[in-house]
Amino acid sequence: MTYAISVSGLVKTFGPTRALDGLDLTVRTGEVHGFLGPNGAGKSTTIRVLLGLLRADEGTARLLGGDPWRDTAALHRRLAYVPGDVSLWPNLTGGEVIDLLGRLRGGLNEKRRADLLERFELDPRKKGRTYSKGNRQKVALVAALSSDVELLILDEPTSGLDPLMEAVFQDCINEERERGRTVLLSSHILAEVEALCDRVSIIRTGKIVETGTLSELRHLTRTSIAAELASSPNGLSAMPGVHDLVAEGNRVRFEVDSDQLDDVLKQLVASGVRTLTSQPPTLEELFLRHYEDAK
Amino acid sequence: MIGTWNLVRLALRRDRIILPIWVLALVGITASTTTALEELYSSPESRKLLGITANSNAAFLSMLGPLHDSSTLGGLLAWRWGVFAALFAGIMSLLLVTRHTRAEEETGRLELISATVVGRHASLAAAIIVAAGANVLIGLLIAGLLLGKGLPAQGVLAFASSIVVTGLVFTGASALTAQLSENSRTANSMAGALLGAAYVVRGAGDSAGDNGPEWLTWVSPLGWAEQVRAFAGDRYWVFAIPLAVFVLTIAAAAVIVTKRDVGLALLPTRLGPARGASSLRSPFALAWRLQRGTLIGWTIGLFIVGVVYGSVAGAVGDMVRDNPALAKIVNEIGGEGGVTDAFIATVTQIMGLIGSVYLVQSTLRMRSEETSLRAEPVLATRVTRVGWVASHAVFPLVGGAVVLAAGGLGFGLLHGARENDLGGVVPKLIGASLAQLPAAWVVAGVALALFGLFPQLTGVSWAVLATSLLVTLLGPALQLDQWVLDIVPYTHIPKLPGASWTFEPFLWLTGVAVLLLAAGFIGFRRRDLTT
Repeated sequence: MTYAISVSGLVKTFGPTRALDGLDLTVRTGEVHGFLGPNGAGKSTTIRVLLGLLRADEGTARLLGGDPWRDTAALHRRLAYVPGDVSLWPNLTGGEVIDLLGRLRGGLNEKRRADLLERFELDPRKKGRTYSKGNRQKVALVAALSSDVELLILDEPTSGLDPLMEAVFQDCINEERERGRTVLLSSHILAEVEALCDRVSIIRTGKIVETGTLSELRHLTRTSIAAELASSPNGLSAMPGVHDLVAEGNRVRFEVDSDQLDDVLKQLVASGVRTLTSQPPTLEELFLRHYEDAK
Repeated sequence: MIGTWNLVRLALRRDRIILPIWVLALVGITASTTTALEELYSSPESRKLLGITANSNAAFLSMLGPLHDSSTLGGLLAWRWGVFAALFAGIMSLLLVTRHTRAEEETGRLELISATVVGRHASLAAAIIVAAGANVLIGLLIAGLLLGKGLPAQGVLAFASSIVVTGLVFTGASALTAQLSENSRTANSMAGALLGAAYVVRGAGDSAGDNGPEWLTWVSPLGWAEQVRAFAGDRYWVFAIPLAVFVLTIAAAAVIVTKRDVGLALLPTRLGPARGASSLRSPFALAWRLQRGTLIGWTIGLFIVGVVYGSVAGAVGDMVRDNPALAKIVNEIGGEGGVTDAFIATVTQIMGLIGSVYLVQSTLRMRSEETSLRAEPVLATRVTRVGWVASHAVFPLVGGAVVLAAGGLGFGLLHGARENDLGGVVPKLIGASLAQLPAAWVVAGVALALFGLFPQLTGVSWAVLATSLLVTLLGPALQLDQWVLDIVPYTHIPKLPGASWTFEPFLWLTGVAVLLLAAGFIGFRRRDLTT
């Protein structure tokens, strides 16, 4: 297993604020890795350290086998970056910015450039100052996606995109995966991460609190169950892993920890199941639980 | 207009540091100038001599305007400080207005505010109120100060008001330029160009002599401040002109505001090329795209300044030739044939100081690229930190030379044509102008070193430049201690072409500049990007 990004014990402080507080992150080569967290959790700071724009106070970071602070220029040939807050030069057109950034990176793929402009419905002739936020984001996306690089670092790339463009973006990322590229996708949009990512890391106040594949993370989450039983339920409330039980006669609603699901279902079957609906756990619940715990 | 007062409070809160600095600096310089003049010219004889020198020296005339009454302290003050005080009030006003109108709109902050209960004109009105208020406050403080020193009330009123109304004219002018361009930098440049033109045009008018285009003074807002003749006639009626201009410009700006969309401007934006030119492939190519407009503007601007001064340089000699008594005085000051040379030395120094503004401006461009987050995507490509700084540093270092040479060329062409010696005069004046470059590099070096080591403090570069400007222009007349003069790099440049040529100061000034530049490069390579 090779890693495109491996970070351990990263610390970065800005005055009294500890933006990164011993952060560990590994991204495997060829995977789409979701980097989830709310605003201010440290996503952009991590990315800036990986790009050599900030220097970490402590910890080690390896990017494509190199040191992001020392080997900056050599590493930057092999990656493309989309910032979360895209700011364009007021006098340069979108097309000029795409070409400039692509060439500064070491060349861009003409066919993909034309294709992406069409799919994102972007007019490259407009001046930077006249683009809306979403269109500025598209300029940066086209510039990054039409470069032939090994690693894409995308910092909340879809903020400002409408749902149609969000779908186009998801198609593009799936194509990148098929090409074998590695993608680090920072986001606070869970649906996007669920739809795209092989593995996910969740960051809270400068630390990674969960990391793993979606199915691994789902083990940590709860399934919602609603059932109508033949007789009134017995002993459910006493079972480990059952939460928020509501019983009305023969009907029950509750949530169950994923690793207790088997035992709880056996208990239900013993009472005779008439109807059963279960809702799979979503990342959102996991996410909210982590952040609610923090409050 | 609803919400204007809230916006005024917001502006005052945002400017709570810079605004008091402006006000105190202007009042403080007025106080120290008055004291210095009082001590320097205490005897009637010295004042009379100064009156003759000031009004016969074209360099003095074009820099400061005529000395209408050298017999009173007020008359001396109005001559020595009047035009400059008005100039600084103008700079303060135009920066203030652009900052609170177009800059707010460009960054999108105005949109945030416009969505609340705020009238369409509120932002413009608030900016004008703040700028006008600052000018009036400066006027009141200066008036109080001078009355305290026992100057006649009528003259004090005329003097203080001439500063205030000049501030108002440029408040109005920048309210208008803020409507013309979508870009706050362009808006500032347009208003700044007007102010620069106002200074140069009135200088040309003042030094034109009886047969020349004296009326030029009447075209310039700074000329109006002079024509009030504070402490020497106090012509209050002249105030009608700047006040009318103020009212007309803000009315025009207010009309444009109602006719345009938020974020857009009167000068329309057109579609541009869909592809980047094949040359747009290096950090320097990008820096050139970003900086070329400013460079070209400054090159043309300083060329014009040179032409204006060049057109009067010859008249300086004539004036002396026609007046034997004056010739005697002048020869005592400058030596044989020294009049024209002294004028050239003064003018090239002024051009060096003006050109230094370009050097600092083009250096600080890097900081605005960084804070606007536009440096980040470029530095996330294979462009190195050093490469990026180098591509921008070309502009102060080499572009600065181009700007100064253009000033010398303009001066040389006009003066050489008059002397029938283009081949001799043009290279001499380009050389004299370029001689200022090492001093200007030092100031640019300070700006780059601040950028590399203390990025939050890059604004201090302007304070360094302003101090250099004031000490260089006013220091000798105020008889400041030599060590104060010596801190300023321009002091060390020989007064070419009259003075004897020595290599030493050029070498060590360049050495200091190189050290500062190196500090900037190394500092930026080692630091975090910040906003």
